[in-house]
Amino acid sequence: MFSNFDFGVILNSWRYLFLDGMTFTLTLTALAAVGGVILGTLIAMMRLSGLPVLPQIAKVYVNFMRSLPLVLVIFWFYFLVPYIGQWIIGAERPIQVGAFSSSLITFTLFEAAYFSEIMRAGIQSIPKGQAAAASALGLTYWQSMANVILPQAFRNMLPVLLTQTIVLFQDTSLVYVLSITDFLGAASKIAQRDGRLVEMYLFAAVVYFTICFIASLLVRRLQRRVAIIR
Amino acid sequence: MTSSAMPPVSPVSEPQAASGAAPGTGPVGTLLTGQPPVTATTGPMIAIDSVSKWYGDFQVLTNCTTAVTKGEVVVVCGPSGSGKSTLIKCVNALEPFQKGQITVDGTKIADRKTNLPKLRSRVGMVFQHFELFPHLSITDNLSLAQRKVLGRGKDEAEAKGLALLERVGLKAHAHKFPGQLSGGQQQRVAIARALAMNPIVMLFDEPTSALDPEMVGEVLDVMVELAREGMTMMVVTHEMGFARKVAHRVIFMDKGEIVEDAQKEEFFGSPRSERAQTFLSRILSH
Amino acid sequence: MNYNWNWGIFFEASPEGTGTYADMLVSGLLWTILTALCAWVVAFTIGSVVGVLRTLPSRAAQAVGNAYVELFRNIPLLVQMFLWYFVLPEVLPESWGTWLKQLPNAPFYTAVVCLGFFTASRVAEQVRAGIQALPRGQRMAGTALGLTTAQTYRYVLLPNAYRIILPPLTSEFLNNLKNTSVALTIGLLELTARARAMQEFSFQVFEAFTAATVIYIVINLLVVTVAGVIERRVAVPGR
Repeated sequence: MFSNFDFGVILNSWRYLFLDGMTFTLTLTALAAVGGVILGTLIAMMRLSGLPVLPQIAKVYVNFMRSLPLVLVIFWFYFLVPYIGQWIIGAERPIQVGAFSSSLITFTLFEAAYFSEIMRAGIQSIPKGQAAAASALGLTYWQSMANVILPQAFRNMLPVLLTQTIVLFQDTSLVYVLSITDFLGAASKIAQRDGRLVEMYLFAAVVYFTICFIASLLVRRLQRRVAIIR
Repeated sequence: MTSSAMPPVSPVSEPQAASGAAPGTGPVGTLLTGQPPVTATTGPMIAIDSVSKWYGDFQVLTNCTTAVTKGEVVVVCGPSGSGKSTLIKCVNALEPFQKGQITVDGTKIADRKTNLPKLRSRVGMVFQHFELFPHLSITDNLSLAQRKVLGRGKDEAEAKGLALLERVGLKAHAHKFPGQLSGGQQQRVAIARALAMNPIVMLFDEPTSALDPEMVGEVLDVMVELAREGMTMMVVTHEMGFARKVAHRVIFMDKGEIVEDAQKEEFFGSPRSERAQTFLSRILSH
Repeated sequence: MNYNWNWGIFFEASPEGTGTYADMLVSGLLWTILTALCAWVVAFTIGSVVGVLRTLPSRAAQAVGNAYVELFRNIPLLVQMFLWYFVLPEVLPESWGTWLKQLPNAPFYTAVVCLGFFTASRVAEQVRAGIQALPRGQRMAGTALGLTTAQTYRYVLLPNAYRIILPPLTSEFLNNLKNTSVALTIGLLELTARARAMQEFSFQVFEAFTAATVIYIVINLLVVTVAGVIERRVAVPGR
């Protein structure tokens, strides 16, 4: 079945695939995950703050993002970010934003909605007594959040956050719709150039599968460890 | 449950077990099961022969041997973790065992050729946590297996179920769902559900231990009547009052072994083993 | 912002010559809904079977179920879309491959199969969790009454499990609906694709995307409302 397939095309292009493509994918994943978790935590804190208006804003933001397909959000920001940039710095015309920055902003804002739901569950899983104990010791709201609540919430939710990061890693492949050279974009460009769609897409699938499968095994192992410590 | 809520029990002549009558002599399953007596078999109804079972390296049953004859009521007791629930679940093959043999009404249950669903449909079982099906009404709980396993029609199954509900004093609740009944009521429904299959033997796995104390009586009342009607019963329970009232024999288990297997009078009078003595004194002092 | 808003654009004729831009978006919406519904039928069926496999006592059945879930969960949906669309016809025997390539509406069928298989792995995960959340005694009670394994699943375990997992299934359904947009990469003319086309033809980026956004949010609200109604309707009294 594979007799007339040419897997040499992969060997010839591995630098492009990995040094250009995979580097982009991994950098985007890592930065968007960090940004998404930070922003997501802030949104979760807004949601649980009990202050006026803030919880509603957080809720609307999260539900809004979660109602939209990621592909549409990618298009939105691709066209919107130049105008926002123009508005912020007061330029004459829409500013040029690189593919990477545009993607990073998109994924950070989009994934923050998902990460915030995880962090919200994490914060809610910490017994009320912990916050009470922190207040009783004289810690302010921010001190108790930073030193007592969030560290525990973060540790409890680490496996879930990492699983969501694996989803994010897979989702970054959708930057394909902007013709960006991420890993899949690189594979696709070579596939088109050399007319080797079968080889390149199968190879891409194998690479994604291997990375995600191993990562999810590691997360599962971590989950068991966390479960034992508690 | 008070006796007034329990419909009078008809055609059975007299409570045979209360007087400690010899096992197997009473009328068999004529009332609640509404079925002609089971054709006489020569062997015991349940024969458990050198059964051993392991969970991995841990041995839960060690060389258990006993038998239950037709019409006999056998109470199995022992401390928690002694293997009594496991043993009773082996009888209808809900739990597999690695060594030994169990026959029910002459059928070997560990035989690959045995049609287990068919065999199980003739062995009624009542669970500690009732295990009524929460998404089905009481009527449907009673009809489901009658229709799917025995192939009875809808009307026939529902009529049968309703008659049994009346027996256990719950006819008025037929349209409700399990979640709307108390624990004691649910367990009575569970007994009726098992009886609807016309079982030749009934297994009870700690039927009252998940109940609030005030509900234990109503369930035991139903079981006592069933025993007096001559149903063959194997009952895992701590209720020694029930054992004294209707059991013929008591089996005491500890650490996966049958330590004592004696006639009721003998067991309560002078248990031979020290372990059974300790157990009895503990359980009776409460 | 020096952007020329033109909200009247929806009522202008699209260059496709088959109606207005609004008509274009509506036809996209219909393809989105049709694809999502068909894919859901596939996903629900396969997902239930795979989920059940993972709860059977047989080790082999569990392994098959687990392998399915791992395979479809660890490859990005977009890559799966390409595998079904570009790779499958090439690796099949030639006559089948040719037939596939000549199939009218190939992007639609591919999207349905691809999304169905992908979403099935997520449905399977929920079905497994739902069955395992039931008390162990439920399976025993069914078995003790003489029901076969298949009957126990059909009449006892699954009806209860589906009730438990209705909320997560609703969100999987919504994910499935949103994921139909990934099929624009293989040429399915669904809602996001039509909004994108409208933007390219008319240069009214934000009107096009705003319309699509509003439509997605309305569908979401509708689905959540319907799911709430279903949830109340199948709720078991006394629980």
